Amino acid sequence: MRLYAIAVYLFLYIPIGIIVLFSFNAGRHASDFRGLSVKWYGKLTSNPFAMEALTTSLTVAFVTAVLASLFGTMAALALQRVQGRMRALYDAVIYIAIMIPGIVIGIATLIALVSVFNALNPLLASLWPEGLGTAPRLRMGYGSLIAAHTLFTMALVIVIVRARIAGMDRALIEASADLYATPWGTFRQVTLPQIFPAILAGFLLSFTFSFDDFIIAFFVAGSETTLPVYVFSSIRRGVTPEINAIGTLVLATSLSLLVIAQFLLRARDHRAATNRGAIE
Amino acid sequence: MQGKWINRALLMPATAWFLVMLVLPLVVVVIFSFGERGAAGGYVPAFTFAQYANLPARFTAFKNTLILAPAGTLAALLVAYPLAYFLAVRADPKWRTLLLVMVIVPFWTSILIRTYAWIYILGGRGIPNLLDMIGIEGVRLINTPAAVLIGIVYGYLPLMVFPIYVSLEKLDKRLLEASGDLGAPPWRTFLQVTLPLSLPGIATGCMLVFILLMGEFLIPALLGGGKVFFIGNALVDLFLQSRNWAYGSAVAATLVMIMLVTVTLYMRLIARGSGQREDVSVL
Repeated sequence: MRLYAIAVYLFLYIPIGIIVLFSFNAGRHASDFRGLSVKWYGKLTSNPFAMEALTTSLTVAFVTAVLASLFGTMAALALQRVQGRMRALYDAVIYIAIMIPGIVIGIATLIALVSVFNALNPLLASLWPEGLGTAPRLRMGYGSLIAAHTLFTMALVIVIVRARIAGMDRALIEASADLYATPWGTFRQVTLPQIFPAILAGFLLSFTFSFDDFIIAFFVAGSETTLPVYVFSSIRRGVTPEINAIGTLVLATSLSLLVIAQFLLRARDHRAATNRGAIE
Repeated sequence: MQGKWINRALLMPATAWFLVMLVLPLVVVVIFSFGERGAAGGYVPAFTFAQYANLPARFTAFKNTLILAPAGTLAALLVAYPLAYFLAVRADPKWRTLLLVMVIVPFWTSILIRTYAWIYILGGRGIPNLLDMIGIEGVRLINTPAAVLIGIVYGYLPLMVFPIYVSLEKLDKRLLEASGDLGAPPWRTFLQVTLPLSLPGIATGCMLVFILLMGEFLIPALLGGGKVFFIGNALVDLFLQSRNWAYGSAVAATLVMIMLVTVTLYMRLIARGSGQREDVSVL
Protein backbone atom coordinates (compact mmCIF):
# COMPACT_ATOMS: atom_id res chain seq x y z
CA MET A 1 0.00 0.00 0.00
CA ARG A 2 2.68 2.42 1.04
CA LEU A 3 4.85 1.34 -1.90
CA TYR A 4 1.96 2.02 -4.22
CA ALA A 5 1.55 5.51 -2.79
CA ILE A 6 5.26 6.20 -3.24
CA ALA A 7 5.02 5.01 -6.85
CA VAL A 8 2.11 7.37 -7.54
CA TYR A 9 3.94 10.31 -6.00
CA LEU A 10 6.96 9.49 -8.18
CA PHE A 11 4.64 9.36 -11.19
CA LEU A 12 3.30 12.80 -10.26
CA TYR A 13 6.63 14.45 -9.55
CA ILE A 14 9.25 12.81 -11.82
CA PRO A 15 8.06 14.72 -14.93
CA ILE A 16 8.28 17.98 -12.98
CA GLY A 17 11.75 16.97 -11.79
CA ILE A 18 12.84 16.22 -15.34
CA ILE A 19 11.86 19.70 -16.52
CA VAL A 20 13.73 21.33 -13.67
CA LEU A 21 16.80 19.12 -14.16
CA PHE A 22 17.01 19.68 -17.91
CA SER A 23 16.58 23.41 -17.51
CA PHE A 24 19.98 23.41 -15.80
CA ASN A 25 21.55 21.12 -18.39
CA ALA A 26 24.58 22.61 -20.11
CA GLY A 27 24.09 20.37 -23.18
CA ARG A 28 21.57 20.96 -25.91
CA HIS A 29 19.62 17.72 -25.65
CA ALA A 30 18.05 15.68 -22.93
CA SER A 31 20.36 12.75 -23.68
CA ASP A 32 23.33 15.07 -23.77
CA PHE A 33 23.76 15.86 -20.09
CA ARG A 34 26.88 17.95 -19.59
CA GLY A 35 26.65 19.20 -16.07
CA LEU A 36 24.80 22.10 -14.54
CA SER A 37 24.53 25.55 -16.01
CA VAL A 38 22.17 28.50 -15.99
CA LYS A 39 22.84 29.40 -19.60
CA TRP A 40 19.27 28.63 -20.72
CA TYR A 41 17.98 31.10 -18.19
CA GLY A 42 20.40 33.66 -19.63
CA LYS A 43 19.14 32.90 -23.14
CA LEU A 44 15.61 33.25 -21.89
CA THR A 45 16.04 36.66 -20.29
CA SER A 46 17.68 38.00 -23.44
CA ASN A 47 14.82 36.71 -25.61
CA PRO A 48 12.51 39.71 -26.18
CA PHE A 49 9.56 37.57 -27.32
CA ALA A 50 9.62 35.42 -24.22
CA MET A 51 10.00 38.46 -21.97
CA GLU A 52 7.11 40.25 -23.66
CA ALA A 53 4.94 37.15 -23.27
CA LEU A 54 5.92 36.98 -19.60
CA THR A 55 4.95 40.64 -19.07
CA THR A 56 1.61 40.08 -20.78
CA SER A 57 0.91 36.99 -18.68
CA LEU A 58 1.81 38.70 -15.40
CA THR A 59 -0.27 41.79 -16.22
CA VAL A 60 -3.31 39.77 -17.28
CA ALA A 61 -3.02 37.45 -14.27
CA PHE A 62 -2.74 40.34 -11.83
CA VAL A 63 -5.69 42.32 -13.20
CA THR A 64 -7.75 39.12 -13.43
CA ALA A 65 -6.98 38.23 -9.83
CA VAL A 66 -7.88 41.72 -8.59
CA LEU A 67 -11.18 41.83 -10.50
CA ALA A 68 -12.12 38.25 -9.64
CA SER A 69 -11.45 38.57 -5.91
CA LEU A 70 -13.17 41.95 -5.66
CA PHE A 71 -16.32 41.14 -7.69
CA GLY A 72 -16.40 37.53 -6.48
CA THR A 73 -16.32 38.56 -2.82
CA MET A 74 -18.99 41.22 -3.41
CA ALA A 75 -21.22 38.63 -5.06
CA ALA A 76 -20.58 36.03 -2.35
CA LEU A 77 -21.57 38.54 0.35
CA ALA A 78 -24.72 39.52 -1.51
CA LEU A 79 -25.71 35.96 -2.37
CA GLN A 80 -26.05 34.91 1.26
CA ARG A 81 -29.15 37.13 1.39
CA VAL A 82 -30.58 35.94 -1.93
CA GLN A 83 -33.07 33.11 -1.60
CA GLY A 84 -35.48 31.07 -3.67
CA ARG A 85 -35.54 31.01 -7.44
CA MET A 86 -32.98 33.80 -7.89
CA ARG A 87 -30.53 31.91 -5.72
CA ALA A 88 -31.03 28.71 -7.73
CA LEU A 89 -30.42 30.69 -10.94
CA TYR A 90 -27.17 32.17 -9.64
CA ASP A 91 -26.02 28.78 -8.35
CA ALA A 92 -26.68 27.25 -11.76
CA VAL A 93 -24.75 29.99 -13.58
CA ILE A 94 -21.79 29.73 -11.18
CA TYR A 95 -21.80 25.96 -11.61
CA ILE A 96 -21.84 26.26 -15.41
CA ALA A 97 -19.06 28.87 -15.36
CA ILE A 98 -16.84 26.48 -13.40
CA MET A 99 -17.70 23.26 -15.20
CA ILE A 100 -17.80 24.36 -18.83
CA PRO A 101 -14.61 23.32 -20.66
CA GLY A 102 -12.13 26.13 -21.29
CA ILE A 103 -12.16 25.39 -25.00
CA VAL A 104 -15.89 26.13 -25.25
CA ILE A 105 -15.42 29.39 -23.32
CA GLY A 106 -12.55 30.30 -25.63
CA ILE A 107 -14.48 29.65 -28.82
CA ALA A 108 -17.70 31.24 -27.62
CA THR A 109 -15.92 34.35 -26.36
CA LEU A 110 -13.95 34.65 -29.60
CA ILE A 111 -16.91 34.57 -31.95
CA ALA A 112 -19.19 36.61 -29.69
CA LEU A 113 -16.71 39.40 -29.06
CA VAL A 114 -15.45 39.53 -32.66
CA SER A 115 -19.06 39.80 -33.87
CA VAL A 116 -19.90 42.50 -31.32
CA PHE A 117 -16.73 44.41 -32.18
CA ASN A 118 -17.44 44.15 -35.92
CA ALA A 119 -20.86 45.65 -35.30
CA LEU A 120 -19.65 48.37 -32.93
CA ASN A 121 -16.50 49.54 -34.73
CA PRO A 122 -18.24 51.33 -37.68
CA LEU A 123 -20.67 52.89 -35.20
CA LEU A 124 -17.84 54.06 -33.02
CA ALA A 125 -15.99 55.48 -36.03
CA SER A 126 -19.04 57.44 -37.20
CA LEU A 127 -19.79 58.83 -33.75
CA TRP A 128 -16.18 59.75 -33.00
CA PRO A 129 -15.65 63.54 -32.81
CA GLU A 130 -13.65 64.95 -35.75
CA GLY A 131 -10.95 66.69 -33.78
CA LEU A 132 -9.75 63.64 -31.87
CA GLY A 133 -8.04 61.80 -34.72
CA THR A 134 -9.02 58.30 -35.77
CA ALA A 135 -11.49 56.40 -33.63
CA PRO A 136 -10.07 53.55 -31.52
CA ARG A 137 -10.91 50.10 -32.83
CA LEU A 138 -12.22 47.51 -30.43
CA ARG A 139 -10.29 44.29 -30.86
CA MET A 140 -9.20 41.13 -29.12
CA GLY A 141 -6.25 41.55 -26.75
CA TYR A 142 -5.67 42.38 -23.10
CA GLY A 143 -9.31 43.29 -22.53
CA SER A 144 -10.78 40.09 -23.92
CA LEU A 145 -8.15 37.98 -22.14
CA ILE A 146 -8.84 39.55 -18.77
CA ALA A 147 -12.61 39.42 -19.27
CA ALA A 148 -12.54 35.71 -20.20
CA HIS A 149 -10.19 34.76 -17.36
CA THR A 150 -12.24 36.72 -14.86
CA LEU A 151 -15.36 34.69 -15.69
CA PHE A 152 -14.04 31.37 -14.38
CA THR A 153 -11.95 32.81 -11.55
CA MET A 154 -14.77 35.02 -10.27
CA ALA A 155 -17.03 31.97 -10.03
CA LEU A 156 -14.23 30.21 -8.15
CA VAL A 157 -13.83 33.10 -5.68
CA ILE A 158 -17.60 33.15 -5.08
CA VAL A 159 -17.53 29.43 -4.19
CA ILE A 160 -14.48 29.73 -1.90
CA VAL A 161 -15.64 32.88 -0.08
CA ARG A 162 -19.18 31.58 0.26
CA ALA A 163 -17.90 28.42 1.90
CA ARG A 164 -15.99 30.57 4.39
CA ILE A 165 -19.07 32.74 5.09
CA ALA A 166 -21.11 29.59 5.68
CA GLY A 167 -18.52 28.37 8.17
CA MET A 168 -18.51 31.70 10.02
CA ASP A 169 -19.88 32.05 13.50
CA ARG A 170 -23.19 33.95 13.11
CA ALA A 171 -23.21 34.72 16.83
CA LEU A 172 -20.29 37.11 16.36
CA ILE A 173 -22.23 39.19 13.86
CA GLU A 174 -25.27 39.29 16.13
CA ALA A 175 -23.06 40.21 19.08
CA SER A 176 -21.52 43.02 17.06
CA ALA A 177 -24.96 44.36 16.14
CA ASP A 178 -26.12 44.07 19.77
CA LEU A 179 -23.12 46.15 20.76
CA TYR A 180 -24.39 48.92 18.44
CA ALA A 181 -21.89 48.49 15.64
CA THR A 182 -23.09 49.86 12.30
CA PRO A 183 -23.51 47.26 9.51
CA TRP A 184 -20.37 48.67 7.88
CA GLY A 185 -18.49 48.49 11.19
CA THR A 186 -19.56 44.89 11.66
CA PHE A 187 -18.45 44.07 8.15
CA ARG A 188 -15.07 45.71 8.56
CA GLN A 189 -14.27 44.46 12.05
CA VAL A 190 -16.01 41.07 12.19
CA THR A 191 -16.86 39.67 8.75
CA LEU A 192 -13.89 40.87 6.73
CA PRO A 193 -11.15 39.57 9.06
CA GLN A 194 -12.87 36.18 9.06
CA ILE A 195 -13.27 35.86 5.30
CA PHE A 196 -9.99 37.54 4.41
CA PRO A 197 -7.89 34.34 4.15
CA ALA A 198 -10.48 32.93 1.75
CA ILE A 199 -10.32 36.10 -0.38
CA LEU A 200 -6.54 35.93 -0.44
CA ALA A 201 -6.59 32.25 -1.36
CA GLY A 202 -9.10 33.09 -4.10
CA PHE A 203 -6.80 35.84 -5.34
CA LEU A 204 -3.80 33.49 -5.51
CA LEU A 205 -5.77 30.72 -7.23
CA SER A 206 -7.16 33.23 -9.75
CA PHE A 207 -3.68 34.51 -10.46
CA THR A 208 -2.37 30.97 -10.96
CA PHE A 209 -5.28 29.96 -13.16
CA SER A 210 -4.88 32.99 -15.41
CA PHE A 211 -1.09 32.70 -15.50
CA ASP A 212 -1.24 29.00 -16.46
CA ASP A 213 -4.22 29.09 -18.82
CA PHE A 214 -3.43 28.11 -22.36
CA ILE A 215 -6.63 27.14 -24.11
CA ILE A 216 -8.74 30.25 -23.45
CA ALA A 217 -5.81 32.55 -24.27
CA PHE A 218 -5.17 30.60 -27.47
CA PHE A 219 -8.55 31.79 -28.76
CA VAL A 220 -9.07 35.22 -27.24
CA ALA A 221 -5.57 36.73 -27.01
CA GLY A 222 -5.82 38.37 -30.45
CA SER A 223 -2.41 39.75 -31.38
CA GLU A 224 -1.09 39.39 -27.82
CA THR A 225 0.98 36.38 -26.78
CA THR A 226 0.82 35.00 -23.26
CA LEU A 227 3.57 32.83 -21.86
CA PRO A 228 1.68 29.51 -22.25
CA VAL A 229 0.78 30.43 -25.85
CA TYR A 230 4.45 31.25 -26.47
CA VAL A 231 5.53 27.93 -24.93
CA PHE A 232 3.01 26.00 -26.99
CA SER A 233 4.17 27.50 -30.26
CA SER A 234 7.82 26.91 -29.26
CA ILE A 235 7.05 23.23 -28.61
CA ARG A 236 5.44 23.07 -32.04
CA ARG A 237 8.71 24.34 -33.53
CA GLY A 238 10.78 21.78 -31.63
CA VAL A 239 11.73 20.97 -28.06
CA THR A 240 14.48 23.22 -26.68
CA PRO A 241 16.06 23.58 -23.24
CA GLU A 242 14.81 27.15 -23.19
CA ILE A 243 11.27 25.82 -22.73
CA ASN A 244 12.51 23.87 -19.72
CA ALA A 245 13.77 27.10 -18.19
CA ILE A 246 10.40 28.81 -18.76
CA GLY A 247 8.66 25.71 -17.43
CA THR A 248 10.76 25.71 -14.28
CA LEU A 249 10.03 29.38 -13.65
CA VAL A 250 6.31 28.91 -14.31
CA LEU A 251 6.14 25.86 -12.04
CA ALA A 252 8.08 27.62 -9.29
CA THR A 253 5.73 30.62 -9.46
CA SER A 254 2.52 28.65 -9.32
CA LEU A 255 3.82 26.10 -6.81
CA SER A 256 4.74 28.79 -4.30
CA LEU A 257 1.46 30.70 -4.74
CA LEU A 258 -0.50 27.45 -4.41
CA VAL A 259 1.24 26.23 -1.32
CA ILE A 260 0.47 29.60 0.30
CA ALA A 261 -3.17 29.39 -0.85
CA GLN A 262 -3.57 25.82 0.44
CA PHE A 263 -2.17 26.67 3.83
CA LEU A 264 -4.29 29.82 4.08
CA LEU A 265 -7.41 27.75 3.47
CA ARG A 266 -6.39 24.93 5.76
CA ALA A 267 -4.78 26.85 8.61
CA ARG A 268 -7.94 28.90 8.84
CA ASP A 269 -10.13 25.80 8.97
CA HIS A 270 -7.97 24.49 11.71
CA ARG A 271 -8.03 27.67 13.75
CA ALA A 272 -11.76 28.11 13.33
CA ALA A 273 -12.24 24.56 14.58
CA THR A 274 -10.00 25.15 17.62
CA ASN A 275 -11.72 28.44 18.43
CA ARG A 276 -15.11 26.83 18.28
CA GLY A 277 -13.85 24.04 20.48
CA ALA A 278 -12.49 26.54 23.00
CA ILE A 279 -15.80 28.45 23.13
CA GLU A 280 -17.80 25.31 23.67
CA MET B 1 -35.10 48.51 1.73
CA GLN B 2 -31.65 50.06 1.76
CA GLY B 3 -30.10 46.61 2.24
CA LYS B 4 -31.82 45.40 -0.88
CA TRP B 5 -30.21 48.10 -2.99
CA ILE B 6 -26.80 47.44 -1.49
CA ASN B 7 -27.27 43.78 -2.31
CA ARG B 8 -28.17 44.56 -5.91
CA ALA B 9 -25.17 46.83 -6.26
CA LEU B 10 -22.88 44.13 -4.86
CA LEU B 11 -24.23 41.57 -7.31
CA MET B 12 -24.07 43.92 -10.29
CA PRO B 13 -20.51 43.32 -11.59
CA ALA B 14 -20.79 39.53 -11.27
CA THR B 15 -24.19 39.54 -12.98
CA ALA B 16 -22.91 41.71 -15.82
CA TRP B 17 -19.91 39.44 -16.24
CA PHE B 18 -22.01 36.28 -16.35
CA LEU B 19 -24.37 37.83 -18.90
CA VAL B 20 -21.74 39.26 -21.26
CA MET B 21 -19.01 36.63 -20.93
CA LEU B 22 -21.04 33.44 -20.43
CA VAL B 23 -24.67 33.72 -21.48
CA LEU B 24 -24.13 35.92 -24.56
CA PRO B 25 -21.24 33.83 -25.97
CA LEU B 26 -23.13 30.56 -25.49
CA VAL B 27 -26.20 32.02 -27.18
CA VAL B 28 -24.01 33.21 -30.05
CA VAL B 29 -22.59 29.70 -30.49
CA VAL B 30 -26.10 28.26 -30.74
CA ILE B 31 -27.17 30.93 -33.26
CA PHE B 32 -24.03 30.53 -35.36
CA SER B 33 -24.43 26.76 -35.46
CA PHE B 34 -27.54 27.30 -37.64
CA GLY B 35 -25.71 29.69 -39.97
CA GLU B 36 -23.47 29.32 -42.97
CA ARG B 37 -19.80 29.80 -43.63
CA GLY B 38 -18.77 33.06 -45.28
CA ALA B 39 -16.70 33.03 -48.47
CA ALA B 40 -13.59 34.19 -46.56
CA GLY B 41 -14.43 32.24 -43.42
CA GLY B 42 -16.40 33.60 -40.50
CA TYR B 43 -20.17 33.49 -40.43
CA VAL B 44 -23.11 34.40 -42.65
CA PRO B 45 -26.59 34.56 -41.05
CA ALA B 46 -28.93 31.79 -42.17
CA PHE B 47 -31.21 29.19 -40.72
CA THR B 48 -30.08 25.79 -41.83
CA PHE B 49 -29.38 22.41 -40.29
CA ALA B 50 -26.63 21.83 -42.84
CA GLN B 51 -23.85 22.19 -40.25
CA TYR B 52 -25.41 19.58 -38.01
CA ALA B 53 -26.04 17.30 -40.98
CA ASN B 54 -22.35 17.59 -41.80
CA LEU B 55 -21.18 16.46 -38.33
CA PRO B 56 -20.14 12.96 -39.55
CA ALA B 57 -17.30 14.71 -41.43
CA ARG B 58 -15.55 14.91 -38.05
CA PHE B 59 -16.58 11.40 -37.04
CA THR B 60 -13.05 10.33 -36.03
CA ALA B 61 -12.71 13.18 -33.54
CA PHE B 62 -16.04 12.28 -31.92
CA LYS B 63 -15.17 8.59 -31.93
CA ASN B 64 -11.74 9.16 -30.34
CA THR B 65 -13.19 11.45 -27.69
CA LEU B 66 -16.07 9.14 -26.86
CA ILE B 67 -13.68 6.17 -26.50
CA LEU B 68 -10.67 7.81 -24.86
CA ALA B 69 -12.56 10.12 -22.47
CA PRO B 70 -14.36 7.24 -20.70
CA ALA B 71 -11.24 5.05 -20.93
CA GLY B 72 -9.11 7.84 -19.45
CA THR B 73 -11.66 8.40 -16.68
CA LEU B 74 -11.62 4.69 -15.83
CA ALA B 75 -7.81 4.52 -15.90
CA ALA B 76 -7.58 7.59 -13.64
CA LEU B 77 -10.09 5.98 -11.25
CA LEU B 78 -8.10 2.74 -11.05
CA VAL B 79 -4.87 4.59 -10.29
CA ALA B 80 -6.50 7.11 -7.93
CA TYR B 81 -8.60 4.82 -5.74
CA PRO B 82 -5.79 2.97 -3.93
CA LEU B 83 -3.99 6.25 -3.31
CA ALA B 84 -7.15 7.91 -1.95
CA TYR B 85 -7.71 4.83 0.24
CA PHE B 86 -4.15 4.99 1.52
CA LEU B 87 -4.46 8.71 2.31
CA ALA B 88 -7.81 8.39 4.06
CA VAL B 89 -7.39 5.12 5.95
CA ARG B 90 -3.75 4.12 6.22
CA ALA B 91 -1.62 7.26 6.13
CA ASP B 92 -0.16 8.70 9.32
CA PRO B 93 -2.49 11.60 10.29
CA LYS B 94 0.58 13.70 10.99
CA TRP B 95 1.57 13.62 7.32
CA ARG B 96 -1.90 13.48 5.84
CA THR B 97 -2.37 17.20 5.10
CA LEU B 98 1.04 17.48 3.47
CA LEU B 99 0.48 14.37 1.35
CA LEU B 100 -2.93 15.64 0.30
CA VAL B 101 -1.61 19.08 -0.64
CA MET B 102 1.10 17.31 -2.66
CA VAL B 103 -1.61 15.55 -4.69
CA ILE B 104 -3.68 18.69 -5.29
CA VAL B 105 -0.90 21.14 -6.08
CA PRO B 106 0.16 19.65 -9.46
CA PHE B 107 -3.42 20.02 -10.69
CA TRP B 108 -3.18 23.77 -10.29
CA THR B 109 0.16 24.13 -12.01
CA SER B 110 0.52 24.48 -15.75
CA ILE B 111 -0.88 21.39 -17.45
CA LEU B 112 0.98 22.53 -20.56
CA ILE B 113 4.41 22.34 -18.93
CA ARG B 114 3.61 19.08 -17.13
CA THR B 115 2.35 17.41 -20.30
CA TYR B 116 5.35 18.72 -22.19
CA ALA B 117 7.61 16.72 -19.84
CA TRP B 118 6.02 13.54 -21.16
CA ILE B 119 7.22 14.33 -24.68
CA TYR B 120 10.70 13.63 -23.30
CA ILE B 121 9.70 10.61 -21.26
CA LEU B 122 7.69 8.87 -23.97
CA GLY B 123 9.75 10.11 -26.91
CA GLY B 124 12.57 8.27 -28.64
CA ARG B 125 15.20 9.19 -26.05
CA GLY B 126 13.00 8.34 -23.06
CA ILE B 127 11.36 5.06 -22.09
CA PRO B 128 11.74 3.43 -25.55
CA ASN B 129 15.49 4.12 -25.26
CA LEU B 130 15.62 2.45 -21.82
CA LEU B 131 13.64 -0.54 -23.09
CA ASP B 132 16.04 -0.75 -25.98
CA MET B 133 18.94 -1.09 -23.57
CA ILE B 134 17.37 -4.10 -21.85
CA GLY B 135 16.69 -5.72 -25.18
CA ILE B 136 13.11 -4.75 -25.95
CA GLU B 137 13.35 -3.00 -29.27
CA GLY B 138 11.08 -1.02 -31.47
CA VAL B 139 8.64 0.22 -28.82
CA ARG B 140 6.85 3.37 -29.93
CA LEU B 141 4.99 5.30 -27.29
CA ILE B 142 4.71 8.94 -28.32
CA ASN B 143 1.86 9.75 -30.73
CA THR B 144 -0.13 6.66 -29.76
CA PRO B 145 -3.44 6.34 -27.89
CA ALA B 146 -1.42 4.85 -24.99
CA ALA B 147 0.62 8.04 -24.71
CA VAL B 148 -2.58 10.10 -24.63
CA LEU B 149 -4.01 7.83 -21.91
CA ILE B 150 -0.86 8.17 -19.80
CA GLY B 151 -1.03 11.94 -20.21
CA ILE B 152 -4.68 11.91 -19.15
CA VAL B 153 -4.08 9.85 -16.02
CA TYR B 154 -1.14 12.06 -15.14
CA GLY B 155 -3.02 15.31 -15.72
CA TYR B 156 -6.31 14.43 -14.06
CA LEU B 157 -5.24 12.13 -11.22
CA PRO B 158 -5.50 14.86 -8.54
CA LEU B 159 -9.05 15.67 -9.56
CA MET B 160 -10.00 12.01 -9.09
CA VAL B 161 -8.11 11.40 -5.84
CA PHE B 162 -9.60 14.31 -3.94
CA PRO B 163 -13.37 13.54 -4.00
CA ILE B 164 -12.70 9.84 -3.30
CA TYR B 165 -10.46 10.81 -0.40
CA VAL B 166 -13.21 13.04 1.02
CA SER B 167 -15.82 10.26 0.92
CA LEU B 168 -13.43 7.67 2.38
CA GLU B 169 -12.34 10.01 5.13
CA LYS B 170 -15.92 10.56 6.27
CA LEU B 171 -16.49 6.82 6.41
CA ASP B 172 -16.98 5.55 9.96
CA LYS B 173 -13.92 3.37 10.62
CA ARG B 174 -15.90 1.36 13.19
CA LEU B 175 -17.90 -0.12 10.33
CA LEU B 176 -14.71 -1.70 9.00
CA GLU B 177 -13.89 -3.11 12.43
CA ALA B 178 -17.45 -4.39 12.83
CA SER B 179 -17.25 -6.12 9.48
CA GLY B 180 -13.95 -7.73 10.46
CA ASP B 181 -15.32 -8.78 13.89
CA LEU B 182 -18.24 -10.45 12.18
CA GLY B 183 -15.78 -12.64 10.33
CA ALA B 184 -15.66 -10.97 6.92
CA PRO B 185 -12.32 -11.33 5.14
CA PRO B 186 -10.71 -8.00 4.17
CA TRP B 187 -11.71 -8.24 0.50
CA ARG B 188 -15.31 -8.73 1.51
CA THR B 189 -15.23 -5.78 3.87
CA PHE B 190 -13.86 -3.75 1.01
CA LEU B 191 -16.46 -4.87 -1.54
CA GLN B 192 -19.45 -4.70 0.79
CA VAL B 193 -18.61 -1.79 3.08
CA THR B 194 -15.82 0.47 1.85
CA LEU B 195 -16.57 0.51 -1.86
CA PRO B 196 -20.33 1.18 -1.62
CA LEU B 197 -19.76 3.94 0.92
CA SER B 198 -17.19 5.65 -1.28
CA LEU B 199 -19.45 5.58 -4.35
CA PRO B 200 -20.44 9.27 -4.06
CA GLY B 201 -16.76 10.24 -4.21
CA ILE B 202 -16.14 7.94 -7.16
CA ALA B 203 -19.13 9.45 -8.93
CA THR B 204 -18.00 13.03 -8.33
CA GLY B 205 -14.43 12.29 -9.40
CA CYS B 206 -15.48 10.46 -12.56
CA MET B 207 -17.86 13.22 -13.50
CA LEU B 208 -15.30 16.00 -13.05
CA VAL B 209 -12.62 14.16 -15.01
CA PHE B 210 -15.00 13.07 -17.75
CA ILE B 211 -16.36 16.57 -18.32
CA LEU B 212 -12.90 18.08 -18.58
CA LEU B 213 -11.69 15.27 -20.85
CA MET B 214 -14.53 15.85 -23.28
CA GLY B 215 -13.07 19.29 -24.01
CA GLU B 216 -9.42 18.22 -23.90
CA PHE B 217 -7.07 19.71 -26.47
CA LEU B 218 -3.53 19.91 -25.08
CA ILE B 219 -2.85 16.27 -24.19
CA PRO B 220 -3.81 14.84 -27.60
CA ALA B 221 -2.11 17.79 -29.34
CA LEU B 222 1.20 17.19 -27.56
CA LEU B 223 1.22 13.42 -27.00
CA GLY B 224 -1.05 12.28 -29.85
CA GLY B 225 0.95 14.14 -32.48
CA GLY B 226 -1.96 14.75 -34.84
CA LYS B 227 -2.72 11.04 -35.00
CA VAL B 228 -4.89 10.80 -31.91
CA PHE B 229 -7.13 13.85 -31.93
CA PHE B 230 -10.14 14.82 -29.85
CA ILE B 231 -13.11 17.09 -30.56
CA GLY B 232 -11.06 19.86 -28.94
CA ASN B 233 -8.40 19.50 -31.62
CA ALA B 234 -11.04 19.59 -34.34
CA LEU B 235 -12.42 22.79 -32.78
CA VAL B 236 -9.03 24.50 -32.76
CA ASP B 237 -8.62 23.54 -36.40
CA LEU B 238 -12.10 24.79 -37.33
CA PHE B 239 -11.86 28.13 -35.54
CA LEU B 240 -8.22 29.07 -35.89
CA GLN B 241 -7.15 27.44 -39.16
CA SER B 242 -10.11 27.01 -41.50
CA ARG B 243 -12.17 29.75 -39.81
CA ASN B 244 -15.38 27.82 -40.36
CA TRP B 245 -17.34 29.39 -37.54
CA ALA B 246 -20.77 28.01 -38.40
CA TYR B 247 -19.62 24.41 -38.61
CA GLY B 248 -17.30 24.86 -35.61
CA SER B 249 -20.23 26.20 -33.58
CA ALA B 250 -22.29 23.16 -34.49
CA VAL B 251 -19.45 20.89 -33.31
CA ALA B 252 -19.08 22.89 -30.08
CA ALA B 253 -22.83 22.89 -29.43
CA THR B 254 -22.93 19.14 -29.99
CA LEU B 255 -20.04 18.66 -27.57
CA VAL B 256 -21.85 20.64 -24.88
CA MET B 257 -25.06 18.69 -25.55
CA ILE B 258 -23.28 15.34 -25.22
CA MET B 259 -21.73 16.53 -21.97
CA LEU B 260 -25.01 17.78 -20.55
CA VAL B 261 -26.85 14.58 -21.44
CA THR B 262 -24.13 12.31 -20.02
CA VAL B 263 -23.84 14.29 -16.82
CA THR B 264 -27.60 14.44 -16.30
CA LEU B 265 -27.98 10.70 -16.88
CA TYR B 266 -25.03 10.02 -14.62
CA MET B 267 -26.39 12.21 -11.81
CA ARG B 268 -29.79 10.47 -12.07
CA LEU B 269 -28.12 7.10 -11.89
CA ILE B 270 -26.05 8.06 -8.86
CA ALA B 271 -29.00 9.74 -7.11
CA ARG B 272 -31.02 6.56 -7.54
CA GLY B 273 -28.12 4.41 -6.39
CA SER B 274 -27.22 6.18 -3.18
CA GLY B 275 -30.22 8.39 -2.47
CA GLN B 276 -27.98 11.39 -1.88
CA ARG B 277 -25.96 13.87 -3.83
CA GLU B 278 -22.46 14.83 -2.94
CA ASP B 279 -20.97 18.25 -3.52
CA VAL B 280 -17.24 18.27 -3.23
CA SER B 281 -15.16 21.32 -3.89
CA VAL B 282 -12.04 20.89 -5.98
CA LEU B 283 -10.03 22.54 -3.24
